Amino acid sequence: MEVSITVNGAKHSSEVEPRLLLVHYLREVLGLTGTHVGCDTGYCGACTVIVDGIPIKSCSMLTVQADGCEVRTVEGVANGPELHPVQEGFWECHGLQCGFCTPGMIMSSVALLERNANPSETEIRQGIEGNLCRCTGYHNIVKSVQYAGAKMRGEDPKGASSEVAS
Amino acid sequence: MYPPNFDYVAPTSLDEALAALAGAENTKVLSGGMSLIPLMKMRFVRPTTVVDISRIPGLDDVTDDGDHITIGAMVRHATTASHPLVQEHASALAEAANGTADLLVRNRGTTCGSLALNAVAADQPGAALALNATMHAASVRGTREIAAADFFLDAMTSALAPDEILTKITIPKGGVSTYRKLGRRGGSSDYPIAAAAVWVDVSDGSVSDARIALNGVSSTPYLAVGSAEALVGSDGSADAIASAASHATDGVNVLEDLYATVAFRTHLAGVYVRRALEDVLA
Amino acid sequence: MTSTSVMGGIVRRKEDPSLIQGKGAYVDDVKRTGELAAVFVRSPFAAATITSIDIEAAKAAPGVHAVYTADDVRHLGPNPAQVAVGTLRPLLADGAVKHVGEAVAMVVAENRYLAQDAADLVFVDYEPGEVVVDLKDAFADKVKVHGDASNILLTWHGHGWWEGVIDLPDPSPGIQEAKERDDTVTVSLEMVNQRLLPTAIEPRAVLADWNSGYGSVELWSSSQIPHAVAGAVGVTFGIPSNKVRVVAPEVGGGFGVKLNVYPDEILVCFASKELGRPVRWTETRREAGFASTQGRGWVGTATITGTADGKILGYELEAICDMGAYSHNFTVAVPLLGLFIAGGQYNFPTSYALHCVVTNTQTTDAYRGAGRPEAAYYLERIVDHFAREIGMDPADVRKANYWKPEDFPVQTAIGLTMDSGDYEKNLDALLDRVGYEDLKAKRDAARAEGRLLGLGLSTYVEVCGFGPSALAGLGFSWGAYGLPTAFNGSGVVRVQPDGTCTVTIGTGPSGQGHETTWAQIVSDGLGIAMDNIEVHHGDSVDLPMGIGTFGSRSIAVDGTATFEATARVRKKAAIIAGHLLEAAPEDIQFADGRAHVAGSPDRAVEWGQIAESAYQPHTLPEGVEGGLESSVVFSPPNATWPFGSHMALVEVDPETGDVDLLEYWATDDCGNVINPMIVDGQLHGGIAQGIAQALYEEAIYDDMGNLLTSSMANYTLPVSTSLPLFSLDRTVTPTDVNPLGVKGVGEAGTIGSAQTIVNAVVDAVAHLGVRHIDMPLRPKRVWQAIQDAKE
Repeated sequence: MEVSITVNGAKHSSEVEPRLLLVHYLREVLGLTGTHVGCDTGYCGACTVIVDGIPIKSCSMLTVQADGCEVRTVEGVANGPELHPVQEGFWECHGLQCGFCTPGMIMSSVALLERNANPSETEIRQGIEGNLCRCTGYHNIVKSVQYAGAKMRGEDPKGASSEVAS
Repeated sequence: MYPPNFDYVAPTSLDEALAALAGAENTKVLSGGMSLIPLMKMRFVRPTTVVDISRIPGLDDVTDDGDHITIGAMVRHATTASHPLVQEHASALAEAANGTADLLVRNRGTTCGSLALNAVAADQPGAALALNATMHAASVRGTREIAAADFFLDAMTSALAPDEILTKITIPKGGVSTYRKLGRRGGSSDYPIAAAAVWVDVSDGSVSDARIALNGVSSTPYLAVGSAEALVGSDGSADAIASAASHATDGVNVLEDLYATVAFRTHLAGVYVRRALEDVLA
Repeated sequence: MTSTSVMGGIVRRKEDPSLIQGKGAYVDDVKRTGELAAVFVRSPFAAATITSIDIEAAKAAPGVHAVYTADDVRHLGPNPAQVAVGTLRPLLADGAVKHVGEAVAMVVAENRYLAQDAADLVFVDYEPGEVVVDLKDAFADKVKVHGDASNILLTWHGHGWWEGVIDLPDPSPGIQEAKERDDTVTVSLEMVNQRLLPTAIEPRAVLADWNSGYGSVELWSSSQIPHAVAGAVGVTFGIPSNKVRVVAPEVGGGFGVKLNVYPDEILVCFASKELGRPVRWTETRREAGFASTQGRGWVGTATITGTADGKILGYELEAICDMGAYSHNFTVAVPLLGLFIAGGQYNFPTSYALHCVVTNTQTTDAYRGAGRPEAAYYLERIVDHFAREIGMDPADVRKANYWKPEDFPVQTAIGLTMDSGDYEKNLDALLDRVGYEDLKAKRDAARAEGRLLGLGLSTYVEVCGFGPSALAGLGFSWGAYGLPTAFNGSGVVRVQPDGTCTVTIGTGPSGQGHETTWAQIVSDGLGIAMDNIEVHHGDSVDLPMGIGTFGSRSIAVDGTATFEATARVRKKAAIIAGHLLEAAPEDIQFADGRAHVAGSPDRAVEWGQIAESAYQPHTLPEGVEGGLESSVVFSPPNATWPFGSHMALVEVDPETGDVDLLEYWATDDCGNVINPMIVDGQLHGGIAQGIAQALYEEAIYDDMGNLLTSSMANYTLPVSTSLPLFSLDRTVTPTDVNPLGVKGVGEAGTIGSAQTIVNAVVDAVAHLGVRHIDMPLRPKRVWQAIQDAKE
């Protein structure tokens, strides 16, 4: 089937089988390997991307379902050489270790902060509940999102996550 | 996990979709895909044709229709959870939606899809029972209405025929409702080990009507008739609630699995009926 | 950031800018032109004879290049393993299967979708046999897994575990004597330390590209031990080690599951050789329960005998340890690692018997902590239980039995030597910080209101930083991996001609931040800025030998090698700088990217000038060779012995048994710390995995050997809403077995945490009569325990 999908601002037209999963389209047709596959059943969230403004699990969506949609992946989050505040937060607060869940975690966090500029710790945890991390115990991920939220609100981000690494 | 091949159609009208369903064997309706796509990836389900109803206009609305509200086939869990109409008139369903899986899944999965599938671990069916929802099914043969009480037949089996689409559900206004559960990881998130959806109507200090449904307890959700009977006509006191809770699994074949023995699940059913009733009668 | 004094400081990770932008290249992200994809056909039976395999339909399916069975690969021998005990796994099941999910055939096709389509067309006839899954049944040896061979592979005893090297008397008669005294109490608990699925979020993945022209092969593998994999590939195919290149690029979590040589690593090389195309296999999550090793799986009884004043006179542990069906890399060595910390941090006689038993289940091997979480669990649960039975505070009982600082070096209960420790100081630091007495009062006040609050304590000592090399030879041989048997560390430090620095190490990160920590070591030693140091790892051609990342060994062993190599480079650079500055080498100091004469900061040369001279040998002083690099192989004289104290506050819902973890505190001691941010991160993750074992995770098999928890739907990993923030602190007791004074921290959090949670939950319900609940403490278990206690 012919699909037309805008990914990180660039429009792509491709011929795909109906069964091709969106995550495989991104990774293998477009070569955007930042979006990962960690499970089969829509639990781990490593494949999280933002489709038409809404974060979803791209391993549980067919490419043909995304026909005509706008998709944002981790490769499209930074503004050129300038990191997104969420990316900066993960770097500053050691919000990643092995990095495999990180692209999905970042996409969920970006979407969270776009709809809630000042989330509580509980709201942050609920916002990333669909993204499993095996390395961090989520501690520094929560801090990273707090850092990013403060930065996006124009506050001092270091104060927002002062407990990091303590 | 790579699904087998299938034909895919994405009709832009309900009639086209119904025709596609009628015209092929072994078809599956795709709405949010949060159950169907993983099942296809594991090759447990191998449809020859998938009918994607997401491009049909008008299926994704929640509307106020006088004495009832309507939830369309493509309304996602996230919308059901946060929509003011659902929160006001069908809070049990809103709460069930809010506790389903995680946010990313709720952003795709649909309320009607969950009802149509009727998985044992689904949150929605119990709420639909307690709220006395009406299921609206359509096929090329016409449309029909199915009461929630007649809809959930067995695990992964609803009253829908293979050529039917659950186009919407309607929920009568009135009364108060809530949904309470114990999840697999403890707390109230994740699949329910046991859950209670309750709806009550209170007038002049007494319970004039009640429906109490349980899901995750047996192979299909059910109305605990004995619980409701114990409550209706009472003053909603702690004793009345306790009496209602004691009938939570009357005549029911309670499931045993990795998360609960029959005894524990039977106990939980009573606990969650009681807690839910305490909430709505407080 | 400054270019010097970065040791001990928080430094943002060098690896992160790539990973946060989706530029990290994990194996499945590495693409080769013309690659094919493999999918495996797996057994639905746990024990069966294979009577026939029909591959014709699969071979004829669209896009299929080959379908392989045991007939095609038998000549390569079984899957290589260092263990000389038990049955090795055939590369593909050869006439019989021994666990559900065992690979029976491999399909290679144009892509994974087509390969899976064809795999569905492989028809296998099985004659099912008798299955043994339950550990006690397996130990009884009535149903045998492998022909007539006993299911009991061996028993590790606390004394005499290392025949001819460590000979200790059997402590059992002495313990028996103590039991018979009138003034002693003996308490005992049978406890299960359940099976777990390690579950790195990146599934395992391999990609092989055989070059028939050179007779060489390149293999990308998500591995913690690329050198061992390279050696195993070389030995299997009969090609020398310099014809094999194994690359572990970004590795998305390890935790022990990638600490193995797996059949798929060999088989993709074979298929690539046969087909002349690169061949890839990527594990699916459900497949991980069949294709990757699992962890834990002990059933044991712990017993303590002591007096009413808390003095413990003997500790006994007898356990049956599940090996699964086949022996892999460390399979039978995992219980041995538990035995290494048999007596823990305590000075009392200890008797250990750990039976290594095979079952019709997937193989077990290392999982974060590997034997030590199990050992610490049994010990710290029974110490807690003893304290409760004699009515003493659990902290006081622990203190009454600790080794004291002045006792070190200590010979442990099984004859190993612990170089350092200060357990009471560490525990007191925790108790002071949490306000122990206030917490107990808070718990008791809540309990008076009918709320079930519980406070749990565990302290631990662990052993890591492996070496010493002598231990590596303990009944195992790394010959199957083409490696000399040793626990070496490797570090190469090279200053490039432009004055930047390249570091190559024998262990690689799967999240531990090696690139940053190692750069800190080198930056500190040479005064070269962090940004000018690149750390290479995970490529078997870079170094002759790299033992790999496991046993919290990287920093203590390979870190030390790098530290030493740095010192040697500095020494030579001082000679060159002294020559350039007309000063004595011993007067040269390095800082801020330059070398200067002590006391005269203006008499300086840049690293670029030193390097330029080094690579122009005619400019060097007489007798100094060209080049500016050092390669060090370090063999530590001993392992290291971190320790710590953990505490948890929980609340149990009395009606549902639901456990709410309210607070978690830990005070750990991993010696000197190079990057506190990274060390704390390791502890966070380690603690989370211990909590996960205590509350959430369990690999469950039914009687037929089916893994009921192969999906994340029912293997319930903790999610973000499951865990609290952790409150950490540390004491610092440096080790002297390496010049950095570092011990390792990758597993400590896991070793200290599971029993902390169980102790807390039991504390919450002990007044109801509950004495033990097996993990995971799901609501159903906690509720049942309360019901049982009522009866």
